[in-house]
Amino acid sequence: MAIFLTEKSRVIVQGMTGSEGRKHTARMLAAGTAIVGGVNPRKAGTRVEFALADGARSIPVFGTVTDAVAATGADVSVIFVPPAFAKDAVIEAVDAGVPLIVIITEGIPVADTALFFNYAQAKGVRLIGPNCPGLISPGKSNVGITPADITGPGKIGLVSKSGTLTYQMMYELRDLGFSTAIGIGGDPIIGTTHIDALAAFQADPETEAIVMIGEIGGDAEERAATFIKEHVTKPVVGYVAGFTAPEGKTMGHAGAIVSGTSGTAKAKKEALEAAGVKVGKTPSETAALIRAIVS
Amino acid sequence: MDLFEYQARDLFEAHGVPVLAGIVAETPAEARAAAERIGGGTVVVKAQVKTGGRGKAGGIKLAHSPAEAESAAQAILGMDIKGHTVHRVMVAQGARIAEEYYFSVLLDRSERRYLAMCSVEGGMEIEQLAVERPDALAKVAVDPLVGIDAAKATEIVAAAGFAPEIAAEVADVIQKLWGVYLAEDATLVEVNPLVRTEDGAIIALDGKVTLDENAAFRHPGHADLADVAATDPLEARAKAKDLNYVKLDGQVGVIGNGAGLVMSTLDVVAYAGESFGGVKPANFLDIGGGASAEVMAAGLDIILSDPQVRSVFVNVFGGITACDAVATGIVAALEILGDHATKPLVVRLDGNNVAEGRRILIEAAHPLVSLEETMDGAAAKAAELAYLAAV
Repeated sequence: MAIFLTEKSRVIVQGMTGSEGRKHTARMLAAGTAIVGGVNPRKAGTRVEFALADGARSIPVFGTVTDAVAATGADVSVIFVPPAFAKDAVIEAVDAGVPLIVIITEGIPVADTALFFNYAQAKGVRLIGPNCPGLISPGKSNVGITPADITGPGKIGLVSKSGTLTYQMMYELRDLGFSTAIGIGGDPIIGTTHIDALAAFQADPETEAIVMIGEIGGDAEERAATFIKEHVTKPVVGYVAGFTAPEGKTMGHAGAIVSGTSGTAKAKKEALEAAGVKVGKTPSETAALIRAIVS
Repeated sequence: MDLFEYQARDLFEAHGVPVLAGIVAETPAEARAAAERIGGGTVVVKAQVKTGGRGKAGGIKLAHSPAEAESAAQAILGMDIKGHTVHRVMVAQGARIAEEYYFSVLLDRSERRYLAMCSVEGGMEIEQLAVERPDALAKVAVDPLVGIDAAKATEIVAAAGFAPEIAAEVADVIQKLWGVYLAEDATLVEVNPLVRTEDGAIIALDGKVTLDENAAFRHPGHADLADVAATDPLEARAKAKDLNYVKLDGQVGVIGNGAGLVMSTLDVVAYAGESFGGVKPANFLDIGGGASAEVMAAGLDIILSDPQVRSVFVNVFGGITACDAVATGIVAALEILGDHATKPLVVRLDGNNVAEGRRILIEAAHPLVSLEETMDGAAAKAAELAYLAAV
């Protein structure tokens, strides 16, 4: 098993015909993801051809998400459209009944995210992101932009706000492998939280240990610490980025900001440690902590 | 982006929120003229700085004539308030205040919706009110799918405990303030104080607005609200080149890809620096996915323009980015920069096509560049080089 994404997941790509969407669709196909269609109202009825190492693939383009779902039985949509169109794209996918929507787009106004998150939540739809790399269940499926060749399947579950720290941690632990690695995104409002991923990893029989990566801003890590204390029996190792970040400055991710005295890395680390989570000082030290548990 | 009070006032006015006349001035003469335009009566001359406690610092003065406004501005302009130099004042129409209230609406990250806060006890700092008189501060959740409609505004006003005879008018102003929040893509709209004047009008006397920079694409006017003069010159240069750069107070320049990895790199440098005279990271710079020679050169150029920088750490994990492209970018960037590149560069590459990336750097054998195998090792090397350059 894995969480949220398995070999059975059937994936459509909103924004497949754009340059980023096309590039990453090719990478997802190469990783074995069951991409069953793309969506673009102006190119409905056409196909996009992908030349892969193991042969050519031809993916149909539909005019709407509803058409794509009806024709393919898709149960995952991944969104690559520009920020100005992201809100409409998410709402369209929610209305089409897609149960899992992964939003890669960076730079979406937070009012749009607040709106589509609450809309999706009311209809029981899971969102991952925005401003995230997506998720990979190695050997099964890869939805988003995570490099599939860093590592293979294994028993570690990884949840992180940051894309490149996800890749870094997968690389550090490449000999051990992962059940699922999920990048939840660095925006102030995100769909799937650390807690959602922790709960899913706790319930997943294939996951033995969990790495949780956080960063400055908000109180998601503190809340996750409370959740771990109460609900997670599997070992969890943590890492928090941003100890040197100054107050009031946005550090790359729109949500990565220390406001006054809230959202500091120190407070997050202390909350996790108080919940019994070992927190590494560097990514490599964090990897060593999990290695000591798993092997 | 946080706005000045006068900018918030102007936005309020544009959206129909009742405000008093207010004119921004950058010189005492301008302040005098502003007071004359307002009508020559009593005005308040207010320092425009993005921090609280202006009143206590002497940054707000009453003036009963244009001449007094001029001398008040003379006293306030150039003043230092909590590290902020006053470059402008707002000359605001005076008002006879009967009562002061508080209202704000902001993004509630944890609950993933909005939060309205309101109190009939305004004027004091809200953090202080929340601690000292928590019962006096009404907190009402706002559903993003609904916003603050008439029913929600009535709920907020009732929760705060406004007297029935003014409740409807306050609720109306709150709906208009929500209009500002929504239409301008704000993440904070705060009015402190919201006042009732002696003649019964409800007026937003002092406002604070934070705008969502991700929404700039649909607000072309917002770019004009940026305080260009107060921006660090290196940050301004970086922004003009679309680089995600934050100036810090250290000696090791940092370039990396991905916000999380760069934040982590700063921490690892500071941690390594503990063994090398306490050297610290000099900046945050995320060059993102496409580490082309141009982006790398622009990034290095900014970092090397920082006189505090003594060494540079380039930390790239090739996910989508290929390490050979990054290596080529570094070599080409050093060529572009020529004699301007004078500080040692420690490079750590991993991930996509790393063998080829390392080969390119080894082959180029640039005297300033050293290649390290791990992130921790590279941070230690960069910290050591910065330390040695200082002693």
